[in-house]
This record gives sequence, C-alpha cells and structure tokens, in this order.
Amino acid sequence: MNIVVAIKLVPDLVEELAIDETGTALDATFLRLIINELDNHAIEQAILSKEHSGGQVTIVAPDVEGADDVLYAAAARGADRLIKLAGDWGGVNNHAMAHALAAVLKTAQPQLVLTGVQAHNDLDGAVGPQLAELLGMPYIGYVSGVSLSGDKAMVRKEYPGGLIAQVEVTLPAVLGIQAAEKPPRYVPISKVRQVMKTTKIEEQPAAELESIGGATVSRMFRPEAGERATMLEGEVDEVAAKLVAIFKEHGVL
Amino acid sequence: MSQDIFVIIEHLRGRVADISYVMLAAARVLAGGVGGKVVAVLLGSEADGLAADLAADRVLYVEHPALADFTSDAYQRVLEGLIRDNAPCAILFGDTSIGGDVAPWLSARLAVPLVSYCRSITAEGKFVSQICGGKIMAEGDLPGPTALVTMVPGGFKPEQGKSAQPPEVVRVSPPALEGLRVAVKNYIEPATGDVDIAREPILVAVGRGIQNQDNIEIAEELAKAFGGVVCASRPVVDQGWLPATRLVGKSGKSVKPKLYLALGISGAPEHAEGIGDSEMIVAVNMDPAAPIFDVAKYGTTVDLFELVPALTEQVQQAKGG
Repeated sequence: MNIVVAIKLVPDLVEELAIDETGTALDATFLRLIINELDNHAIEQAILSKEHSGGQVTIVAPDVEGADDVLYAAAARGADRLIKLAGDWGGVNNHAMAHALAAVLKTAQPQLVLTGVQAHNDLDGAVGPQLAELLGMPYIGYVSGVSLSGDKAMVRKEYPGGLIAQVEVTLPAVLGIQAAEKPPRYVPISKVRQVMKTTKIEEQPAAELESIGGATVSRMFRPEAGERATMLEGEVDEVAAKLVAIFKEHGVL
Repeated sequence: MSQDIFVIIEHLRGRVADISYVMLAAARVLAGGVGGKVVAVLLGSEADGLAADLAADRVLYVEHPALADFTSDAYQRVLEGLIRDNAPCAILFGDTSIGGDVAPWLSARLAVPLVSYCRSITAEGKFVSQICGGKIMAEGDLPGPTALVTMVPGGFKPEQGKSAQPPEVVRVSPPALEGLRVAVKNYIEPATGDVDIAREPILVAVGRGIQNQDNIEIAEELAKAFGGVVCASRPVVDQGWLPATRLVGKSGKSVKPKLYLALGISGAPEHAEGIGDSEMIVAVNMDPAAPIFDVAKYGTTVDLFELVPALTEQVQQAKGG
C-alpha cells in the first residue's frame, strides 16, 4: 500500500498573532510555523496503517520555514519518503496548494492519500476534498479510524454528538483525518538526529502557485470585545475566594 | 445567472441539523440585499417531511435511495448538476462533517470560489470568517458571480431560520447515481459512559493546558468537591487522557450546565460551539488573548496548577460549612 500524507504548516496559536500594516493579513515577521495538528494525526494514521497492512508512507510538505524539522520528525516516527515542494509559499491559499500537490501525486499514484480534515487558517476550504477532485478520487472527511482490506477501506466518520458512521470507500481515495486511532507517538530528539543522517528530503519544484478560488480579505481584526469576561485579579488565594463568592451567588455552592 | 441563494440542508437520521436553520437565517439577510430568493436544497430518501419548518421561499427536493444517508460521492454529483442548472449567486453549506466533504470539492470542480469558517453575512454581501481558532476575524466581499460558503454557528440563531408556514416544495429528478465509491455501512451510537455530561449541572472541563494525564487528578478533585464531573476539549480526548464520552464541542456533546469551569481551554470555535447554553462559564487560562474569555462570564489568568488546589480547598470548606 502506497500512502501519501499531504501536510501543511500553520501559525502557532500559542504565540501572539499580529496583523500586518495592510490590515488584511497576519504579520509574517514573527509568525512561528508548526505542523497543522490534524496533519500530525494524519501522519500517525498513515504509520499505523503501514504497521498493520504494510506499505510505504510518503510525506509531502511545502518548503517553508520549519518544514525540514517536521519532515525529519515524521521519518523518525516511521515515514519512508520525504518530499518538500519548493516555491514561493508566502500568502499561498489551499486551492493553489491542492494544485501543487495534485501535480506530484499524479506521478506518485498512491492508493491512499491522507490530510488533516482542516487547519485553522483554511479560509478557502480544506485541501483534502479539493485534492480529491483534482485526482478524481473519492473523499471522506472527519475520519477517526481506517482499516484497509484489498481495494477498499472501512473508515470511521464522525458526526456531531459522538455519532460514528462506518463508511466503505473504494481506493484510491483521499481521507481527511480528524484523529488517528492512537495519539501521535513521541520520538526522542536523538532518534530524529539519527534519521537526519540517513534520510534525505527530496526537493521538487511546486507547480505554479496561483492563489485563486478564495475571497479577497479587506480587513482582518481581532474579535471585538463585546461581552468579554470580567477578569479576576490578585493572588491565587484571593482569586479562589472571589470565585467561591461568585459560585455561592450563582447557587452552585 | 440568478440572484437566488442556495442553502444545502444538512440532516442526519431524520433530523434537520441546527446549522441548516442558521444558514437559512443568513440566506434571508443576503437575499434581502441582493433581491433573490432563498432556496433550500434537500437531498434524501423519503425525507420531504423535513422541509416543513424551513424558512425558505422554495425547497428543491431530490429523492433517491442512494441519498438515504449522506455520502460525499452522491451529494457531490447531485449538487454539481443543480448548481450548473440554476446558477445561484451563493451556495451555503455547514462547516461540518457534511458540508466540509462537499463544498471544497465543488469549488475545485466548478472553479467557484469558496469562503470557509464564515460566521456572518450582511445584506451588502460581506462575509466575516472566524479563523486561527477564533483569535482572528477576516472580512471581505463574497466573491462573484457565484460564491460557495461554509458556515460556522454563532452569527445567527437557529430560530431565525424556522417558519410556521411550510414552504413550496419542488421535486427535482436526480442524476444517475451509479458506480458510487462511498457507502455507509452502519452507524455506531455514542458510547453511554458512566455519566452523561449533557445532563450534569456542574462541569469542570480540562483542555490542552492540563499538560498531561496525571494532572487530570487535580480537576477530578475539584469536581468531586463540587459534586460535579470532569469533561474535556478535543486534544485531551485525542491523547486518550479521558474517554470520548467526556468530549464537549463540535464532535462531542453540547452541554448546558449551571456552571462550566474551563481549565486550560483556549476556546476554539469547535469547543465554544458545545458550551453556548451553559448558564455560567468561568475560564482559567494564562493566555489573556484566549477566545474562551469572549464566551466566559468570569475569567482569570492565574496558573491553574496553583489555583485549582486552592480552589478545591475553599470549595470543600464552603460545602462543609
């Protein structure tokens, strides 16, 4: 089974986000990029599937700052082949990314393509279903489990309220992963260093990155503080006492 | 080209999802501005009864046995044809397990631009989307001549999309639905665990800020002092630190406790969606910019690992005394 995981890097939300001087985009100067969390689950699911059914796992990432670290970490967890797509990725949307990935995947001919079901900056829709259309493959998203047998996969598709649909899909297919069957495994940094010596990142040029297919943003801003929480200040014991008073008044104590 | 607004009705096992009514409410606003009609698009098998309370000028109903359950393959084919034939100016989907499988596919297929995470739409055709886990809003004009939109809840109330007057239902023949590559085999009901968090009056919720499984103990202690239970946001459940029965949010349960005490939860939209009906939300998070403070009544940025033990003690005293 030839499995490809298409990943992207996104701004780390733990860091403070600033809006640039145009007022229409995030200020890239201080942005720290990390792997999209759900793409990390997609990598884990690919490795679990490989461990169960055999095959090869290829990771494809755009060549942005931090991509090498993410790719080597994936290899240390069990990915076999690493590809980064070289190009000018600044301000590139998911439509353009899907086209660049499709160009690569048409030659790689995977039976299974995994992506995270969404990323927090997908303003023009998730990559997975777009990629599926460009490749002529079926797509199922919100997936939290995959079992492969022959030319079919049985996947667990999540619905609100904890309902799961067991859905059968004919391969090749693209799946949008919500969660891997097990939490993404941890690998020690020493193993990543070891992998860096033995695994090579293949560089391929990205197809033309034309960011059409989305909307033009005329203004970006922080949510207006309408009814923001009343903040409780002070030492820990004072805050605890204030909370207890609030709980009493509210009738829960 | 028409000025009509299509709303793709999401329904699951005989019930229309709330997001469908939210979209109808948004469509009414937009239709008022552009002068078009609100057209609800309902796909199903023996599902026309679901049209009864939709606040739409017209319902296009497509019936086929292959549409009894949602599958991306069948929905994509039916909707591609309907959009080509009717050329609406906007097509609204939920940013959900249904709309998310279809709208981006159609965007690539039909070369129609897509706006996701859309929270509100104005009569002038402006959209406001909520991105970066709810930390940033992006505003712009809906692209023309046709735009696909996926919507998140929060901007409109479901009641605004309901009507006591049943709309006109127009049946449309489905295209050939053969050779489908996706099939629903069965459903697995949500596990009924030891507790039903949707019915608990006091919930102590833990998020990524709890850091590891061992630390959940302090939240358990606090919940015990209150006589409440512990629940969690997605990252905690994905790590296997708490079972899926305790998951609150888009993919878990919606809760409505008297008190929702959020510990180390950032309040991403996917989580916030499940706690809107809480009577009172109190949030503890060291990031003053965390979106949870936009939905909480009270908040504090003190370290939860210092606060929770102190609070547990004081709650125990208050209960005892």
